[in-house]
Amino acid sequence: MAPTQMAPASVYRRDEGLGVWEHRGKVAVAGYGQAPTARRWDGSLETSLGAWQKLAIEKCLEDAGITVDDIDGVVACPQGMGDVWAPRPYFDAPYHSEDGLSGVSADWVVENMGMKNVKFTSHGPACISNALCVAAQAVGDRQTEVCLVIRATGNMPGRYHQNPSNEVSGNNQWMDPWGWGLMPQIGFGFESYCRKYGSNHDRMAPFVVNQHRNGMMNPEGFYYQHRPEPFTAEDYLAGRWLQKPLNIWDADLPIQTAVAYLYTTPERAKDMKQPPVYILNHVTQRGVVRSYVETLEETEAFTDSIAKKVLEGSGLTPGEIDIYNPYDGYTLFTQYYLEGMGWHGVKRGEAHDFYEGDIRVEGPHPFSSSGGNSGNGRTRWWIYTDSIQQLRSQAGQRQVTIKNGRPETAVAGAFTPGASDWTVFGTSPD
Amino acid sequence: MKPSPVPDEVSKPFWDACNEGRLVVQYCAECDWLQHPPQKACAKCGPDASMEFRQMSGRGKIHGYCISHDSRVMMLQEIQPFNLAVIELEDAPEIKMLSHLPGTPTDEIPVGSAVEVVFEPTYNGQKIAEWSVVG
Repeated sequence: MAPTQMAPASVYRRDEGLGVWEHRGKVAVAGYGQAPTARRWDGSLETSLGAWQKLAIEKCLEDAGITVDDIDGVVACPQGMGDVWAPRPYFDAPYHSEDGLSGVSADWVVENMGMKNVKFTSHGPACISNALCVAAQAVGDRQTEVCLVIRATGNMPGRYHQNPSNEVSGNNQWMDPWGWGLMPQIGFGFESYCRKYGSNHDRMAPFVVNQHRNGMMNPEGFYYQHRPEPFTAEDYLAGRWLQKPLNIWDADLPIQTAVAYLYTTPERAKDMKQPPVYILNHVTQRGVVRSYVETLEETEAFTDSIAKKVLEGSGLTPGEIDIYNPYDGYTLFTQYYLEGMGWHGVKRGEAHDFYEGDIRVEGPHPFSSSGGNSGNGRTRWWIYTDSIQQLRSQAGQRQVTIKNGRPETAVAGAFTPGASDWTVFGTSPD
Repeated sequence: MKPSPVPDEVSKPFWDACNEGRLVVQYCAECDWLQHPPQKACAKCGPDASMEFRQMSGRGKIHGYCISHDSRVMMLQEIQPFNLAVIELEDAPEIKMLSHLPGTPTDEIPVGSAVEVVFEPTYNGQKIAEWSVVG
């Protein structure tokens, strides 16, 4: 097979007004597998991203009750979020390039796991949320019927994403002389939000504390596995500033791990081990900012559009969304998604009031039941795993109690308000 | 000292103007659409339109900000914490630029205040647009 390419723009549902997704309920999630977590790569090939990606796939196949020979498609988000291994020397094959070390491509797993029946591969850049949309559309279009969706992301030794350059070119010529970037953008946006709605950073504490609480109930998460200590409002408020008003607890912790999901047709899912979770919609947001920075007004418009598309394509109303897992890495933009959707009646400027209510999984407003990146470490996929587990009623201590512990729908999406991809899940295809 | 922008074919007129003490913004000769940072094509008309640069007044106001305590840009780490403000131009409020607000104490940002452009040298001498609070 030729090297896998990025998915074409035509697979993404970017626009408002597309109506109900043509494959609503005709694609199912039938498995998932999660690798162990670590703070950094220890340099051992047994804990490389490639090795852990293989492990996640094996667990996914076991969860679904199938074998590698059943796989006929692989969609990968091929780059991790951490730094690359180069210029350090590579290893013997299959670790003779970045593939398998700082990210894992579809081609790498096809070759190194002996997937001889794979006829479809594709890549979704930047985020597992993107790859999940690509896979949903591919299975819906019947380009593949038993499709793995994978991502591995890591954290190399040393400080993360530092720029030592004295001269900067490309897009960086417009950012680095002042130190601009995503994190200042989020801090700037949140300062605008607080000024507009009369709030402040301290009022984020209940949400972030609850994220960590939910993470402490996820045996697969980083904090559960490696730092099982309580996290308090005092801890949050004592966090050092990164881009004030964004502190270190508003940023997610880079970690090393991998995941795999199995997307398939409802017909094939019937013969697999787990109760299928159906895909009711997938949508994509690619907002264009007017100039340089994303203003709060643009952020709010982008998240309004996300909500419209999520609801339109799935046929759901905000009140019919039981599990809502919008992205939280950074925590300071989660309120835009909450308010844009109007989940549990939350309007613009009301998120911080909502956070002060009962948002625990045991309560009536179990917002972000996954614990997200802030409660589990940087992956961008806990939100998806939790949505699937909740709809299977397999979320353990995190299982929500609404609807007697049997939620019927879930929405998850990442990454930023201006650039994100979303999936709607349901226990029923109808 | 700040890292220096390396001009390319599209951005050179902007950075050259900074070296001459002039603030310019790119516009489309077909539809008059202003855009910043400059791009190869007009965001509205597409690639066939002729893109030019227009001198601006150099006045603006502070739109918003954050305070940078932990920059990924290593050259800037020695001046942390520093102001990182978003400026909107008086002549075209839809156009935004960035500033450390020289002369304004860190974390004492007067949002909404008038500012005017100043030009500061960077690492290799290339000047960039900065903004100071007026009065």
